[in-house]
Amino acid sequence: MVDIIESLKAGDKRAAARLITKAENNEKEAFEILKKLYDNTGNAYVIGITGPPGSGKSTLTDKLVKEIRKKYNKKVGIIAVDPTSPFTGGAILGDRIRMQDLSLDEGVFIRSMGTRGHLGGLSKATNYAVKVLDIIGMDYIFIETVGVGQSEVDIVKTADTTVLVMVPGLGDDIQAIKAGIMEIADIFAVNKADRGGTDRLVAEIEMMLDLNPENTPWKPPIVKTSAVSNKGVTELLDAIKTHKKFLKETDLLKTKRISNIETEILKIVKEELMSLITQKENHDKRKRLAVDVYHKKIDPFTAADCLIKIIKGG
Amino acid sequence: MNKKIRVVIAKPGLDGHDRGAKVIARACRDAGMEVIYTGLRQTPEQIVETALQEDADVIGLSSLSGAHEHLFSRVCELLREKNAEDILVIGGGVIPEDDIPALEKAGVKKVFTPGTPTKEIIEYIKANVKK
Ligand SMILES: Nc1nc2c(ncn2[C@@H]2O[C@H](COP(=O)(O)OP(=O)(O)O)[C@@H](O)[C@H]2O)c(=O)[nH]1
Ligand SMILES: [Mg+2]
Repeated sequence: MVDIIESLKAGDKRAAARLITKAENNEKEAFEILKKLYDNTGNAYVIGITGPPGSGKSTLTDKLVKEIRKKYNKKVGIIAVDPTSPFTGGAILGDRIRMQDLSLDEGVFIRSMGTRGHLGGLSKATNYAVKVLDIIGMDYIFIETVGVGQSEVDIVKTADTTVLVMVPGLGDDIQAIKAGIMEIADIFAVNKADRGGTDRLVAEIEMMLDLNPENTPWKPPIVKTSAVSNKGVTELLDAIKTHKKFLKETDLLKTKRISNIETEILKIVKEELMSLITQKENHDKRKRLAVDVYHKKIDPFTAADCLIKIIKGG
Repeated sequence: MNKKIRVVIAKPGLDGHDRGAKVIARACRDAGMEVIYTGLRQTPEQIVETALQEDADVIGLSSLSGAHEHLFSRVCELLREKNAEDILVIGGGVIPEDDIPALEKAGVKKVFTPGTPTKEIIEYIKANVKK
């Protein structure tokens, strides 16, 4: 473990790759290492890229990262999440196809992850992968979410700035707006602006934003991009930087991060509790309680109380 | 613990389509593996760097042209340079029987000729991957 910790401190990518795997596989050692290195986290700026499948998230990420590398020479980590098949547990992780030129850039690290049954647009270990990349010295970390539409809630709890990528002509645009995923956007990227319908979509988003209270401190900008032809990418990066500056100046970055950490702690507690509940011995007790409920000896509320008492009793 | 086999599927070289690679990718997924699909025209350097960042257990290489000998060998050589020869390298595509011994000598653990049932490939991976 000492070796791994030293390697990570030195920025070793292979050690990082292995640690992410351990975290994904839920190995205790991973969390012990992260505990020891927790002081080395919190330096990277985390950017979430979300939006429907096929909207151009991977292509846009590729272009944004190239721009950062070229202009600022900062180190960038990318975490790209794709869905795991609920039937086989397998996954095809294909985001790297759009990022081929980045794989040989020394200052870039790309990791693909399957959701592994986790809902909410990220995998359970995404948060840990962010920490690992932070520890090895990445200045920016991009997270590309699954993009299944309405359940992309995790990203706001993980990223500092969230970019929602939309495209014209995905059928009923207004529907998407109603669906309530719009609130997660700090910035809108209207991608595939080389196609028709762009201005209409921009107008629809503006209309929706006009419904927000007037005195909200941040009004999400809308940036037109055409990722394939590298248009609007500079403007999008500028918008991200403006948002970053806004968060820092208003101290909202701190507030947001503390709130995210709170969510994170809750998650860990929930998991610990769940694993206590599902332990073998408790399983047997639960079975017995279920039988009692079946025979109407007790009701399910009382049974639940019994279980909670058992857990509390340790 | 909840380990999954991670496979990088790549098609080095400049030739043709990636139909065969896609078939293997889907078979691996359906067998519960995580497949990192990298697309066409990958250099050996890109493939090896991808495998390291993705912490892959397996690299599956597909080739349709005569260039496989050089490209496959180069992947194995780079893995040795990076102390990563524990990653299982397998090959497939249009590869003449005569070329197989040389590839195996270079470090490709197994070469599957066209028509090999995907089930056989999956079983081979499961049996030979470093746990
Ligand atoms: N016309 C057009 N196509 C794009 C643009 N950006 C991405 N695409 C294409 O849209 C498809 C999906 O892109 P991808 O980045 O994989 O989307 P993701 O699923 O959101 O990650 C690919 O074929 C891209 O080449 C764009 O700005 N204009
Ligand atoms: Mg993608």
